[in-house]
Amino acid sequence: MSENTLTTPKPFDWSSPEAAAMRKRRYAADRRLRLYGLASIVTAIGLLGILITSLIITGHTAFVQTHVAVEFTADPENVPADDPASGNFRAVVATAVQKLFPEADSPAELRVASGILSNGTPNIVRDYVTANPGLVGQTFTLKVPASDPYDQLNKGVIDRDLPEDRRRVSDTEIALFETLEARGLVTTPFNWGLFVNSDSRFPELAGLAGAIAGSFYALLVCFVISFPLGIAAAIYLEEFAPRNRWTDLVEVNINNLAAVPSIVFGLLGLAVFIQIFGLPRSAPLVGGLVLSLMTLPTMIIVTRAALKSIPPSIREAALGIGASKHEVILHHVLPLAIPGILTGTIIGLAQALGETAPLLLIGMNAFLTSPPGGIMDPATALPTQIFIWADSPERGFVSRTSAAILVLLGFLIFMNAFAIFLRQRFERRW
Amino acid sequence: MNMLTDAAIENALDKTPAREAVKMRGSDVRVFYGEKQALFDVNLDIGENQVTALIGPSGCGKSTFLRCLNRMNDTIDICRVTGDITLDGEDIYNPRIDVVELRARVGMVFQKPNPFPKSIYENVAYGPRIHGLASAKNDMDAIVETSLQKAGLFNEVKDRLHEPGTGLSGGQQQRLCIARAIAVSPEVILMDEPCSALDPIATAKVEELIDELRENYTIVIVTHSMQQAARVSQRTAMFHLGNLVEVGPTDKMFTNPEDKRTQDYITGRFG
Repeated sequence: MSENTLTTPKPFDWSSPEAAAMRKRRYAADRRLRLYGLASIVTAIGLLGILITSLIITGHTAFVQTHVAVEFTADPENVPADDPASGNFRAVVATAVQKLFPEADSPAELRVASGILSNGTPNIVRDYVTANPGLVGQTFTLKVPASDPYDQLNKGVIDRDLPEDRRRVSDTEIALFETLEARGLVTTPFNWGLFVNSDSRFPELAGLAGAIAGSFYALLVCFVISFPLGIAAAIYLEEFAPRNRWTDLVEVNINNLAAVPSIVFGLLGLAVFIQIFGLPRSAPLVGGLVLSLMTLPTMIIVTRAALKSIPPSIREAALGIGASKHEVILHHVLPLAIPGILTGTIIGLAQALGETAPLLLIGMNAFLTSPPGGIMDPATALPTQIFIWADSPERGFVSRTSAAILVLLGFLIFMNAFAIFLRQRFERRW
Repeated sequence: MNMLTDAAIENALDKTPAREAVKMRGSDVRVFYGEKQALFDVNLDIGENQVTALIGPSGCGKSTFLRCLNRMNDTIDICRVTGDITLDGEDIYNPRIDVVELRARVGMVFQKPNPFPKSIYENVAYGPRIHGLASAKNDMDAIVETSLQKAGLFNEVKDRLHEPGTGLSGGQQQRLCIARAIAVSPEVILMDEPCSALDPIATAKVEELIDELRENYTIVIVTHSMQQAARVSQRTAMFHLGNLVEVGPTDKMFTNPEDKRTQDYITGRFG
């Protein structure tokens, strides 16, 4: 019994000021920990907010486009009725501009005036007349994009109050544009061209359609390759591989591969897929192959984690009634792991969607004015399109770069939301 | 159901004279987890159409021994088993033995009810389907019904066979797991603390069921409850620190054990 009294701790006065102070310090530590966490979250959200806000401030103007309503006459002299596509639409536009500014008589003034309309106007009119051959010989009104300086002027990006030598448009040009405004011919509708046009030298005509199609094809190739390969590799490593030095080595290398800078994969793609296999440059097929090299390690890691998270009781249940290995995996473990695998796949693909460096190396930053027709056609991708536009000096491309980033972020948010939806829809409890 | 009763009668006629027939036999069974030895030279016979209870304090190796009987330990990489374990005189660790067939013949029910996250019907039908026991839908329906009947669950679930098995109560889930094990017509059923996650009422039902199942199956049950061992088993084996301490008829074990350790354990002095 005497031993017992020895080990009993001294009586402690819980209500003493020291004890109270000690408890107070512990509570203070709790509060500090909570505050640190809160502060980091606020910082993270704040930085994200700054990023998005600045993108919206620069980019929002690209979502609308200044249009000018112009009356064109498809004179049969310029536009043959039997083959409207071969017509001389430059002449059609020139006449229309002359009609638009009846008071302008000198050729210099007319040249300035025709600069208001986009350089691509003859093509727009040609496409319109080709689509509606009945218009030959008729006069019709078409809203055509204003060229970039006037677009910026109309959106207020170029300040009309600046001294003339410090702005992109001269006083005469402003005066001409203002007469159009006064006649109510200038409108600023939503810029559908951003989504239906491909790249162009003229910002007012440039759009993302080609880049979106290129990214889609590249991701498709990436998914088709990395999804089955990743799952099969993960199943082997998780369910079949013996635990030994070789599998450890494979495992370490998969983890290392996931951390390899993406530009290295781009070089590999250039050297192997294009040089050795002779696949075409700039093709989404090569892009997708390179991206799948990058997503494959992620896919394997995610799938293994998903397989590992399935409780052993399910495996035991199946084994206990005599299911063979493939039955345990295919009938029980894999279906339960699918939500996790899908989530990982989509997040991996979202990563691939934003990847730029490897695509630059395999030439997916070409200047292309039409969307790719398939995985072998030259194409650009969303991030490389952003890269190209960010390099362009025109004011219109500055806002379009931000707009393209917003579109890319939109796709990423959509993919992540879809991943969350899939997880909640298919997750089963046991 | 007719078939069942016939089988039961047949069994009763057949087995009564040979009461001590040995279904499974372990001789000098040693189990190692890596360097650590978990079982030391266990010699234990499992009598046919009997309930054999394995008792002993936690970590004594009774679950390890149970899991050797259908080679469930194969799934643990570092586990190594030596000695002989036979089923009907045939060594189950012989490389020529088909593990899938062995596990169909020696079914298992686990500590925590673990129905598949599928419908009640699918839970029971899964085993017969992978083993090809029934091809026509009618046959499968019959197997599912008789299995659920034998597990005493049919009346409770007959109107919701296509609802998830995970939606049942704990006791019902455990009986569903028993039905699932029965569905592949095993000869031996291993139960690893089948009632430890159940309340007393569900436990009583499962115990009653075990008693009925004895007619057709050989049962080995691991339990921590002395009362349960006394209630359901005919033979009891006491394990301690990886050794088989004592084995004998249950009534003798609980009234007049030979080993001091058994006596201490069943009277609650340790464990």
